[in-house]
Amino acid sequence: MATQAPATAGIGQPANLSHTAPRRLVLEVLHDWVTTVDHKKIGLMYIGYALIFLVIAGFEALLMRVQLAIPNNHFVSPQVFNQLFTMHGTTMVFFVGMPILFGFGNYLIPLMIGARDMAFPRLNAFSFWISAFGGLLLYFSYLGGSGLYGAGAAPDVGWWAYAPLTARVFSPGHSTDYWTLAILLSGVGTIGTAINIVATILCMRCPGMTLNRMPLLAWLYLVMSCLVFVTISPLTAAQIMLMLDRYVGSHFFDTQAGGSAVLWMHFFWIFGHPEVYVLVLPAFGFANEIIPVFSRKAIFGYPAMVAASVGIGFISLSVWAHHMFTIGMTAGANTFFTLATMVISVPTGIKIFNWLATLWGGKIHFTASMMFALGFLVQFLLAGLTGIMLSVAPFDWQLGGSYFVVAHFHYVLVGAILFMIFSAFYYWFPKMSGRMLSEKLGKWHFWLFLIGFHLTFDFMHIPGLLGMPRRIYTYEADRGWMIWNMIVSSGAIFQTIATLLFVYNMVWSYFKGPIAGPDPWDAWTLEWSTSSPPPNYNFAVIPTVDSRRPLWDLKHPDDPDSYYE
Amino acid sequence: MLTRPVWFGLAVQVSSNPTTIFAPSGTPAHSIFGLSLLVLGITAAIFLVVAGLLLYVVVRFRHRPSDANAAQEPPQIYGSTQIELSWTVIPILIVVMLFLATARIILLTQNATKPADALDITVIGHQFWWEYHYPKLGIVTANELHIPVSDPRHPTPTYLTMTSADTDHSFWVPRLAGKTDLIPNRVNTMWMDPQAPGLYLGQCAQYCGTQHALMLLRVYADSPADFARWVAHQKQPAVEDPSVAEGRAVFQHNACISCHTVAGTVATGTFGPDLTHLASRDTIASGAIPNTAANLRAFVDNPANFKPGCLMPPMHLNQHDLDAVTAYLTTLK
Repeated sequence: MATQAPATAGIGQPANLSHTAPRRLVLEVLHDWVTTVDHKKIGLMYIGYALIFLVIAGFEALLMRVQLAIPNNHFVSPQVFNQLFTMHGTTMVFFVGMPILFGFGNYLIPLMIGARDMAFPRLNAFSFWISAFGGLLLYFSYLGGSGLYGAGAAPDVGWWAYAPLTARVFSPGHSTDYWTLAILLSGVGTIGTAINIVATILCMRCPGMTLNRMPLLAWLYLVMSCLVFVTISPLTAAQIMLMLDRYVGSHFFDTQAGGSAVLWMHFFWIFGHPEVYVLVLPAFGFANEIIPVFSRKAIFGYPAMVAASVGIGFISLSVWAHHMFTIGMTAGANTFFTLATMVISVPTGIKIFNWLATLWGGKIHFTASMMFALGFLVQFLLAGLTGIMLSVAPFDWQLGGSYFVVAHFHYVLVGAILFMIFSAFYYWFPKMSGRMLSEKLGKWHFWLFLIGFHLTFDFMHIPGLLGMPRRIYTYEADRGWMIWNMIVSSGAIFQTIATLLFVYNMVWSYFKGPIAGPDPWDAWTLEWSTSSPPPNYNFAVIPTVDSRRPLWDLKHPDDPDSYYE
Repeated sequence: MLTRPVWFGLAVQVSSNPTTIFAPSGTPAHSIFGLSLLVLGITAAIFLVVAGLLLYVVVRFRHRPSDANAAQEPPQIYGSTQIELSWTVIPILIVVMLFLATARIILLTQNATKPADALDITVIGHQFWWEYHYPKLGIVTANELHIPVSDPRHPTPTYLTMTSADTDHSFWVPRLAGKTDLIPNRVNTMWMDPQAPGLYLGQCAQYCGTQHALMLLRVYADSPADFARWVAHQKQPAVEDPSVAEGRAVFQHNACISCHTVAGTVATGTFGPDLTHLASRDTIASGAIPNTAANLRAFVDNPANFKPGCLMPPMHLNQHDLDAVTAYLTTLK
């Protein structure tokens, strides 16, 4: 697509690029970032912070794959392995997934709804710093766990930290306390940002932007933030109860004194399952913006997409106990949660079909961003189908807690969400930095990551079918799991190289990439009407819109969307 | 590229695996297997249709710079109620069908009537081993579970009553049944009815602490005659072999007896596995190593040699005592 300036009648006044600003002292720049309340800078800090943790937690995964490549391996001790999977899971969910998505949300939502900032800029800064502190606290456990029990120790209770393994008698020392506090703090930040996003979307839309004309990305962030209210609260409550158990001797989860292990499971999974949707809904949001632009067509069935998103939000609150099919629930409960879980495939199916229909009849441009989005479509489809298998309670009695489940949720988290995050980077990096990412490196990144992803996570299903449970630091040679684990581990090499390529691409392009201009993709939403990167105030003049695609209307005054909506 | 014989080998490997869900023995595993084939079939069909459509769309509607109207935007289509309705209703019908098939198996498995001849066993999960009680037979054993083969014409299924002494565990022998968790302060039940004699493997499937990985499961399905012989043997008190009196004394004068039971002696501890018939088992350390004198000796010397994180401490016996205790333990047939 040709780089072209937007038709600026009423919308958008290009501002100076920050690249041309005079150089300042490092300390001044640092002071600027630490004290900022600008939604774009906070968004970028969220993203940068998440990328650092992505590399750390990815490295943890790599160590685990080395250990599991062959049976009876002694690469790491069981204690270290248990810490690795606990830290990997906790980091990826709380300190990579959520912050990176909040980062994009922070950056994009005000720009896409034509606002100058979030509703509560100071709350925004507070939320970021408290979440960031949570992540640091989690990793400080490597040093700070010391005391009576010797050297520091990271948490090793698993990312869902089932009671009573977290009781003091089974988890002495302070590693579990670091875990609890890290989750507690990041939860406060998460709720703060969710409040901010809801308030921004409901109160800060530009003139003419009714809810019915709002970009779908904003809709998905709205649903996601409402889910955060409902799900982070029980998680936070559970962490407080756990702290009380560990420090003042209450007995919520202390089974030795009549507490309930199952109570923790309910608290955790009423958070834990909707959490998957908290992570995947923004990814849907990215897809809703990116797929239409690179198909050169409006999204198919906007009202159905909104309804499906809201529907997923509600249904996702009624499925949590499908993580508990093996705890000995009654047949009635197992049947209910099977049905509830299966029902969620209906709105999800609507989304997939609507994306297909958006592609249908379009002119598909295979940019790196679009290739990641297409990868997302295939992999999300497969992840959904293995999800249906696991919703069948008897099938789950076999496969729950096995490597099949590990493969399934990595298909969602990596195959769908991470692919869509990469897609979003290629799409919005020009807006954020003012420069294009290298398409050539981007395509290398895509193909290497795709190969690595499929080697790792396709073949990871099989040892699960062959009886390999998750969270084991080693396995017996006679079980026949070795060949599969070898293939799975080999895929990690491709993913590592691809990720390094991506990091290199970002650094190189930030300094040397071609100048993007305000609207490199010939796109239709408001963020492309202002300069790249946008000025502090976002828009010189607050825009007025009368359709879902204001820039389409500007570019096609003879055939505007507003005529059809 | 993998050659055809390699693919064939992998297929054989999948079906002949000792813990595969695709070689069920017994009713619960069998009904899950049947259901899983149905689910796999339906999901594979959905995948082929949708992925095929996607592939078609991506190829057919790709941007072609050589086209005459390449620069023109394609026609904009905003939606279609009829089409959207159809891809809402068809998935609903598939869900209803799958749900009914699933509900049937849930009820058949969970609400099965228990025959009068069923064998009752209580399973208690420990960090990191299994304790088994046969309340009607008065047997206590550990780690290696013996149950009778069940003849479909005259079923003798085994019913497990399960709980945990410490953290959560999960009992999973894929060829016999789905898994059921062992949760402290809670009693769960499951049943299985192996139809062929043999050894069925599995392992703990719920993360339970440092040594979760080597909390292995061995279920021996015995023919009725073999099972009766095993029961008669297990009911005997421990063998009192005078030639190992020294080892017995070492055992009884050390901390061994505060955790282990040897029926008929002063050793009545319950924190560790019952050792009354230790030598009759094929493995030690919850299935992790073969039960040989050399392994036994190395394990008593320092259990962390085999199972780091295991709760049994190194006994710090001198070489002489170690030999004597090992000799004693090997007589506990």
